[in-house]
Amino acid sequence: MSKLIIGGRTFGSRLFVGTGKFRSNKEMAEAIRASQTEMVTVAMKRIDMTNAEDDMLRHVSGDGIRLLPNTSGVRNAAEAVLAAQLAREAFGTDFIKLEIHPDPKYLLPDPVETLKATEELAKLGFKVLPYIQADPVLCKRLEEVGSAAVMPLAAPIGTNKGLVTRELLSIIIEQSNVPVVVDAGLGAPSHAAEAMEMGADAVLVNTAIAVAGDPVAMADAFRMAVIAGRQAYEAGLGAVLRHAEASSPLTSFLD
Amino acid sequence: MFSEELQKYDWDETTSAIMAKTENDVLRALSKERLTVDDFMALISPAAAPYLEQMAVASRRITQKRFGKTISMYIPMYITNSCSNSCVYCGFNRHNKFERIVLTPEQIKEECEAIKRLGPFENLLLVTGENPRVAGVDYLENALGVCRPYFNNLTIEVMPLSAEDYERLTHSGLNGVVCFQETYNRANYNKYHPAGMKSNFEWRLNGYDRMGQAGVHKIGMGVLIGLEDWRTDVTMMARHLLYLRKHYWRTRYSVNFPRMRPSESGFQPNVVMTDRELAQLTFAFRLFDNDVDISFSTRERPEFRNNIATLGATSMSAGSKTDPGGYAVNPQSLEQFAVSDERSPAEVEAAIKQVGYEVVWKDWDKIFD
Repeated sequence: MSKLIIGGRTFGSRLFVGTGKFRSNKEMAEAIRASQTEMVTVAMKRIDMTNAEDDMLRHVSGDGIRLLPNTSGVRNAAEAVLAAQLAREAFGTDFIKLEIHPDPKYLLPDPVETLKATEELAKLGFKVLPYIQADPVLCKRLEEVGSAAVMPLAAPIGTNKGLVTRELLSIIIEQSNVPVVVDAGLGAPSHAAEAMEMGADAVLVNTAIAVAGDPVAMADAFRMAVIAGRQAYEAGLGAVLRHAEASSPLTSFLD
Repeated sequence: MFSEELQKYDWDETTSAIMAKTENDVLRALSKERLTVDDFMALISPAAAPYLEQMAVASRRITQKRFGKTISMYIPMYITNSCSNSCVYCGFNRHNKFERIVLTPEQIKEECEAIKRLGPFENLLLVTGENPRVAGVDYLENALGVCRPYFNNLTIEVMPLSAEDYERLTHSGLNGVVCFQETYNRANYNKYHPAGMKSNFEWRLNGYDRMGQAGVHKIGMGVLIGLEDWRTDVTMMARHLLYLRKHYWRTRYSVNFPRMRPSESGFQPNVVMTDRELAQLTFAFRLFDNDVDISFSTRERPEFRNNIATLGATSMSAGSKTDPGGYAVNPQSLEQFAVSDERSPAEVEAAIKQVGYEVVWKDWDKIFD
């Protein structure tokens, strides 16, 4: 399996995990370990950034794990830029997952503010990973202003509905010059595998692991699914045969 | 720039990979909705030859879905045959002794009027040799200005320019740029293009990036079939198109597959592509890129053009003269290449309608420029 490179960093695992909704920090830590992820996203609003011994932070830290602070909770570009700067100071990382969802019900990202914030943060030297709608044009615009990756959603956050945006995701994957991380809505390992088979560079999973009956086992299941999907993509998927029959030959003029 | 990207691909390895394609590779490619360059290689390989009919069916279906049953019409206007290059296959080679013509603005105007009498053309392709000394950017800008009142869509096929010059011309009504790389074979390129600006492979190759950077609306690409192994050349072009689409995604693209024809310099093609192979390539390209314009000039015979019109082509020229002043000013001047389809635009239109397709003369308006 080839390595993933984002913002100059190499990742062996193509599964990113989130840290919300777990029953306990201990279980979360075990799930993270089982997933073998190397990128864990943490909502800044959940962390006491003045306290290096913050309990959640202690549980997500580990060898080979990069923290990906996210701006969940901010409502516009200005707040996001401020939050990113605080995160850089607190966590000592240039990586920032940009989440700007002014809509508290579906938590859908605001494309206008996200584009603005990405441009500004990229200029400030951040490695920006924006969470966005599966909008191919928006992805190209984000790429142009310097985003390190794009994170289009498969379905609204927390819905577990799978690849609702499949058609649009396939266009994004086809067109993108930066890694495409499918984020949000992946409810089962099969969804993750399917995204990887399509050619996504990575997936981010949170709810499906956190609220599973056994989050640790589910994290392991996602780990395997992501590897399987990626390996299938790199191996070249086999043909789904369909036979076309011409009623009258179109190419007889070439005889 | 694409010159860096191209270095990733070895010519001979690509050739071998194409020739190693199997029936299974072809079937896999035919089953896919989105084709990779690897799938494209399978479809142009000899292994796909038995699947020509299936490819034709698929190519027609995809083309109709995206473009409808239409063929867009354009006409070339050669405004100078002056050229400082010495391309071994070209009639305009600077070593060929004949009187060089550079049309004046008044003569260009006469040509515009003559074309308008031939048919309701709105898409004009302005063509020059490559001699910036006598037909540089100022000359082109002026020529565009003369043609602007007559046509809604202006495209140029001239020497590669700087990004600044492309941008400058877009402000003078330029909509599209056609440029043929001729061959992507870096090692042999200079055998065919030994002198003049065209001998600079990278400058030409990266010209497409400059067009994209300048925001040219439409970019036309092509390799001259007859120089190097055509399968390898069009595979490189497919990679180039993919690269351009990823970087200059606001731009539209067209491809051409000009097969080399006799010219005064007497250069004979190194490889000859059959009609079957040209059809196979057309279908494969359509399956690879559902949205690209595929253009057929009057280099091709009427029967071939009438058939390919419903199988993947989207754009055709008609009534073309490939010599400067050929429409009105100087009908006897030397042609760049001989045309095979000498039907009038009205005859071509009638033939296209005969196969159930509509001829589109105008699909752009200058107010959008």
